[in-house]
Amino acid sequence: MTPKRIAGLRFEVLSPQEIRRMSVAKVITPETYDDDGFPIEAGLMDPRLGVIDPGLRCRTCSGKAGECPGHFGHIELAAPVIHVGYAKLIAKLLNATCRECGRILLKDERRDKYIEEIERKRELGQDYEDVVKEVFRLTKGKKCPHCGAEQIEIKFDKPTFFYEGEHRLTPKDIRERLEKISSEDLPAFGMDPRAVRPEWMVLTVLPVPPVTVRPSIILETGQRSEDDLTHKLVDIIRINQRFMENKEAGAPQLILEDLWELLQYHVTTYLDNEVSGIPPARHRSGRPLKTLAQRLKGKEGRFRGSLSGKRVNFSARTVISPDPNLSINEVGVPQIIAEELTVPLYVTERNIDEAREYILRTEHPKANYVIRLDGRRIRVMDTNREELAEKLEPGMIVERQLMDGDIVLFNRQPSLHRMSIMAHYVRVLPYKTFRLNPAVCPPYNADFDGDEMNMHVPQGLEAQAEARSLMAVQEHILSPRFGGPIIGGIHDHISGLYLLTRGEKLFTREEVVSILKPLKITKLPKPKREGLWTGKQIFSSILPEISIEFKAEICQGCEECKKEECEYDAYVVIKKGELLAGTIDEKAVGAFKGIIIDEITRKYGNEETRKFIDNVTHLAIRAIMHTGFSFGISDEDIPEEAISQIHEVIGGAERRVEELIKAYREGNLEPMPGRSIRETLEMKIMQVLGRARDQAGKIASRFLGMENPAVIMAVSGARGSMLNLTQMAACIGQQSVRGERIKRGYTYTNRTLSHFKPGDLGAKARGFIKSSYKEGLTPVEFFFHAMGGREGLVDTAVRTSQSGYLQRRLINALQDLKVEYDGTVREQTSGLLVQFRYGEDGVDPMKSFRGKAVDVKRIINEVLGERA
Amino acid sequence: MSKFRMQDHVLVPKHEVLSKEVAEELLKTLGISPEQLPKIRVDDPVAKEIGVKVGDIVRIIRESPTAGKSIAYRLVV
Repeated sequence: MTPKRIAGLRFEVLSPQEIRRMSVAKVITPETYDDDGFPIEAGLMDPRLGVIDPGLRCRTCSGKAGECPGHFGHIELAAPVIHVGYAKLIAKLLNATCRECGRILLKDERRDKYIEEIERKRELGQDYEDVVKEVFRLTKGKKCPHCGAEQIEIKFDKPTFFYEGEHRLTPKDIRERLEKISSEDLPAFGMDPRAVRPEWMVLTVLPVPPVTVRPSIILETGQRSEDDLTHKLVDIIRINQRFMENKEAGAPQLILEDLWELLQYHVTTYLDNEVSGIPPARHRSGRPLKTLAQRLKGKEGRFRGSLSGKRVNFSARTVISPDPNLSINEVGVPQIIAEELTVPLYVTERNIDEAREYILRTEHPKANYVIRLDGRRIRVMDTNREELAEKLEPGMIVERQLMDGDIVLFNRQPSLHRMSIMAHYVRVLPYKTFRLNPAVCPPYNADFDGDEMNMHVPQGLEAQAEARSLMAVQEHILSPRFGGPIIGGIHDHISGLYLLTRGEKLFTREEVVSILKPLKITKLPKPKREGLWTGKQIFSSILPEISIEFKAEICQGCEECKKEECEYDAYVVIKKGELLAGTIDEKAVGAFKGIIIDEITRKYGNEETRKFIDNVTHLAIRAIMHTGFSFGISDEDIPEEAISQIHEVIGGAERRVEELIKAYREGNLEPMPGRSIRETLEMKIMQVLGRARDQAGKIASRFLGMENPAVIMAVSGARGSMLNLTQMAACIGQQSVRGERIKRGYTYTNRTLSHFKPGDLGAKARGFIKSSYKEGLTPVEFFFHAMGGREGLVDTAVRTSQSGYLQRRLINALQDLKVEYDGTVREQTSGLLVQFRYGEDGVDPMKSFRGKAVDVKRIINEVLGERA
Repeated sequence: MSKFRMQDHVLVPKHEVLSKEVAEELLKTLGISPEQLPKIRVDDPVAKEIGVKVGDIVRIIRESPTAGKSIAYRLVV
């Protein structure tokens, strides 16, 4: 058979004839299996509908389980029922056509005009929905232009009922009316008469899906448990049979109508069990049944859950923990995982000996499976090891356990950007966690408070090669988000280098060697002083040859920069790979900021940068351990003197607030432009209290000094901020809800808590906390703090869900766009041009300099520096 | 009522109609058929102002914050 190209797809509605034609069995009994466990003929599990039990053969196609795709059956319904999915369209059609003659309620000329318009839009590939909408709008409640009959509006009562005035229409009436609609009129409603006849939207025959679609499962007890769909079909057949019997017996109309309605309910819930207006059909346990629409809908449905995404083999997941001894492009894989996951080794004449060796091995890097030439997969065991090794020949595949040097993909959810999945080299390690260098935490947004990550093993050689050259960690040091490094030192790396390089610290030969021990450095520079080296020299030993100058994170922002002579040692000067002045901190090597990292990538490329970051992490950890670095509650101790000063400042602010309130009460407050007097008061109070807290913080930090570990972390950018410190040591400050002082509570007495007088506007009554975290909060303060804290939690919860959905829509909208080699952005399927030059300037943001196309300053320095 | 040119407004970029030869040349360099270009409607106010007919290609020159000057083309429909 020659393969054929699919020209297009068209969706149609199944006609009753079509349903009968594709059916292999008419289902009439609700029973499934007999007492011996065999499927009952003409039952829901009829053997002609396909096989699910292994060993049996299909009565229709004689295929085994797995080979037979299953075949449809059908149920002849005793009376027509509405298909819920089309109910709304039926209502529209009934109202747009004549109740007597079935013609469209438009004159022929106008109808043809609309048909023409729809046809034209369809040809252009444009949306014609709005034209159809217009047709439905124009055809409402008029006199028929063809036969002159008066029209009565048909009311649609969700989900499946139709009323003409007070009179309820049965599905049979509706079907008869739909039959009368002329095929010539259908295109005006956007329907193709070759694909749909409106009366098909009222079911007279119901297709029964093959058993392969609704397999029953056998429980441990030996009992059969049927699929939800089968349950629903049983209900339908049961009512259908009863309806037929009653009709034949000539039962009263009332009973028949009840049964008809019941049949309609079952068919409706069979199609969609979440229709509004009727109770969902439930399992005996009370769980709502998962019927046809539920199988397709939503995140776990067929489209999003089974087709767009699915579960995969060759993957692993476990808790992560840090290991600073690994390189940033390595991942520590637990031995247990490495023994389970495999990499295929395609046997050739060249590697057959190596492959054989894996098969014969009994310990870690050994072969788990051999795939023979006939495609059979054979597990390597003690019993067949020798035999398999002997029979090995080129063309077979040996599935070898994961080992050091293999490439794997490493991922942490939510995968928000491309750095969420990067390729790492395997290092098989003991214990049960994945290990990674803490410097790669920022791109994954990972920490070690119990985070888990996934690992995938690429199976093909092409996949491995692509992973190595495109996805490896070092290829992602620069972020395409802002054209700067996203991988770099964090936390202790920054504190460590700060301690090492600050000022003129001197180290003896023993100390230097001990700090440099993990690095591959064989020669020490000339000592700065007799037998003594500075920290700056030690750091310089890992620097490649670069020349750069910048202001460090600790820069105080003086009015005039004294450059090299900076009294805070905050002006970094590196000449030819030598740190001459300045302190290394977050601005130099930190993730997101790291100017040195940026410079090295641009000058020496990714591999060199990777080595530098590795060295930074190793060196910093040794450096911080050399001095020792710890932090505790007592590091927030401030002397009596400072406490009294803080109290004074806050007391003063409180008095000032009282004054403001007094002025407000007396009407002496001058309103600010565009504000009411009350708003002015609130703003002024906030200002005063904010300033008081800042002052308290200043006092506290003055007494804590620059040697305080918390201060070191805050100023170097390692962790925490001066605000955090202020709140711990001096004063927490104003709590807010919705950006305002706390004002909710007992609205009717206008106070926040019953501890205050009604209408109290003072600092204390509106959520100002004068205690520090270290002192502890008063009960009232604690309450206000919880209010503010709650708002923060709610905000983050709302923000994550909203931004998640936003990103999903954005990705769906942009997924087919690609930047072509000529710099244009095109839609992949249609070739539509979207941008004539990517981003108008054609700049790859990852290769840009913090968003700018070129870093002119750097180029000038480069050129001049080399000449000088 | 006084007439004014919309294109004189600061926020309206410059529009111009391409000659047949230039249009053909453009499509050749981009390697596309005219339908794959972005569209502009004939009844677009600026399009009316410069007087275009369906099937023409319009060149739009914009000031761009990232690239200084950016050029786009649209097919008149």
